[in-house]
Amino acid sequence: MSTATKTIAPRKRERSRIKSPYPTWFYIPAGVFYLVLFLVPTGASLYFALTRWSIFDVEFIGIDNFVQFFQEPSLVKGFVNTFFYAFVTSGLKVVLGLLLGVLLTSQIIARGFLRSVVFFPVLVSTIGVGVTFKVLLDPFDGLLNGALATIGIEGPGWLTDPAWALFSVALVDVWKGVGLATLIYIAGIVAIPQEYYEAARVDGASGFQNFRFITLPLSRPATVTVIILSLIGGLRSFDLIWTMTRGGPGFTSDVIASVIYKQYQAGFYGLSTAGNVVLIVVVAAIVVPVSIWLNRKGAEA
Amino acid sequence: MRSQRSTRLAIAAGAVALALGATGCSGGSGDADDGSVELSIYIDSTESSVAIFDGIIEAYKDVEPDVTITTETHPAGGEGDNLVKTRLATGEMNDLFFYNSGSLFQALNPDQTLVDLSDEDWAGSLLDDFVTTVSTDSGLYGAPVGASFAGAVTYSKTVYADLGLEIPTTWDEFMANNETIKAAGIDPIAQTYGDTWTSQLFVLGDFYNVSAADPDWAQKFTDNETRFAEEPAVAGFEHQQEAFDAGYFNEDFASATYDDGVRMIVEGTAAHYPMLTGNVASAIGANYPDADQTVGVFPLPSDDAANNGLTVWMPNGLYIPKGTEGETLEAAKDLLEWIASPAGCDVIGASSTLGGPYVVDGCELPDDVPAIVSDMQPYFDEGRTGLALEFVSPVKGPALEQITVEVGSGIRDAQDGAALYDEDVKKQAQQLGLEGW
Repeated sequence: MSTATKTIAPRKRERSRIKSPYPTWFYIPAGVFYLVLFLVPTGASLYFALTRWSIFDVEFIGIDNFVQFFQEPSLVKGFVNTFFYAFVTSGLKVVLGLLLGVLLTSQIIARGFLRSVVFFPVLVSTIGVGVTFKVLLDPFDGLLNGALATIGIEGPGWLTDPAWALFSVALVDVWKGVGLATLIYIAGIVAIPQEYYEAARVDGASGFQNFRFITLPLSRPATVTVIILSLIGGLRSFDLIWTMTRGGPGFTSDVIASVIYKQYQAGFYGLSTAGNVVLIVVVAAIVVPVSIWLNRKGAEA
Repeated sequence: MRSQRSTRLAIAAGAVALALGATGCSGGSGDADDGSVELSIYIDSTESSVAIFDGIIEAYKDVEPDVTITTETHPAGGEGDNLVKTRLATGEMNDLFFYNSGSLFQALNPDQTLVDLSDEDWAGSLLDDFVTTVSTDSGLYGAPVGASFAGAVTYSKTVYADLGLEIPTTWDEFMANNETIKAAGIDPIAQTYGDTWTSQLFVLGDFYNVSAADPDWAQKFTDNETRFAEEPAVAGFEHQQEAFDAGYFNEDFASATYDDGVRMIVEGTAAHYPMLTGNVASAIGANYPDADQTVGVFPLPSDDAANNGLTVWMPNGLYIPKGTEGETLEAAKDLLEWIASPAGCDVIGASSTLGGPYVVDGCELPDDVPAIVSDMQPYFDEGRTGLALEFVSPVKGPALEQITVEVGSGIRDAQDGAALYDEDVKKQAQQLGLEGW
């Protein structure tokens, strides 16, 4: 990766002086695809966001869609829920992924098998996971509340109680996604040179001190990767929530993506187009500063 | 030289690819030379729709041996609405399609997309209420498939007989009955928010009472002169909240499904289930044939005993899109004529258990109808029926089912829910381009 960057960087500066090695026609196929599949739809969506359109006609209404979108009562709820969901899933994946990573790099029996078991949920389809857990979490016939009942605990309506619904879905998301976080941490921890641990053993460090002062700080690159991946995944979350609760009960587990989807389904095409434009801006407002910050960190390191 | 020719080649190839993409999709069923015609019908995939069309296909073989009918299904609900609209707009619609009448039909832009049927012989034999739901100012576009049905309280006659209860005519009597039922250890009202659409009946089924209090309400509503957050329409939301606050719902109301609701009513573990009689009748016919005399129906009561009537829904229509032409069009019109005749009605009635009277002159329900249908007959005979709001106003907000789930689960109070629905309705009216919004 780093060698590639080095060879590309000088060529950038030379490009203005030296003629491109490729003839112009070479760019045309890619250019046409880029124009038709990316530039035209993006431009069109910006225009259609300013209209009230249906399949039959278009009416230009200025910024009314945006005004209406921001007055949407479920929108505030959707934003709060989206950030809650992204924060909870990302935080839990970091903590659990790190702990599982430490466990699965230690000398335990059947380590390879246990690693595969943790990773397995990542391979299952999200819809399949959602449907399965919807059955398991049923408040009356579900396996989980059945199990809790045998030890005398009355479980809540995991997906039907407004206070629990979004949190339950977030937990399922963590179960499904923690395997990937663990894998990244395993790679990060294995890459830490053994000399540090040997030196610490000579100094008489305890197991906890090993973790606190060697493993934790030196697996920082893995932590950054896990946070970014799960934060982006959490912000654009839709499929698992839609399968398990459809944003319900009522609007209590709606996220931005499900609000927009419901507007589209209702035939408010202009409004939902405006929603997507807002979503692009919001995601960019979060991802651009984060990526600039990370690139600077990378340059310093 | 060489590179120039390559450039031209690349451009030509690109142009050919684009042209192929643009013209690649054109089709439709052709007419064969031997006089046989194939008709393709686009229907929704619900069990009762498929059963009805299977019955029609089987019976029509004997009526017109030269005509072969096939069906293609799409999912019900919002996704199906999108598919139907897309096919109509792109000219890819099948030879005929089966779709809602009323506000959803109006959203199809019928004057531009459908074949006018007002000159057909059978058009005069339709019930006026049905005609208005498949017509615009300039034409009539659909033939009825199925029968009318009501949005009302289905109840267990067994529970009522055991506890010696009377059919309530006011909301207070209804709540008093619920108290007695609860004291007997039976769930007074079944609610099934696992299927969110089932939560809307307290509001939708109350519309007879709204128009009894104000006969012009629907027109005022369409013109943005009245709102759900005001009397009399807010009563539907308030009643749902009162029933929840009193603890009259089954314990698992938040996760139970529509099928659970029907089962509770049939088995008598719940006493009332506000629902569409068409759905309940076909579910009973298909799954609980022994229960056809133990489940009855009465209208959602209002505060005024003098106003007590049924809110009625019209059946879906069968429509012909403009793209259907020539021999195919003639065959399609013949099929509609047969469906809108007593012979067609009988076939439909035999394929599915209907939830109310037919909307075609001369079509009679069989004598052995379930109690849920015979209970409705007096209201029709006495003229105490009114169309549901979606048939008298094009405005219907899409988020009502989520709002009524919230009101019925104690997440949001009735007044707030009604106000939120008014906002939802506003978006729909603007999308339709109505005056005054």
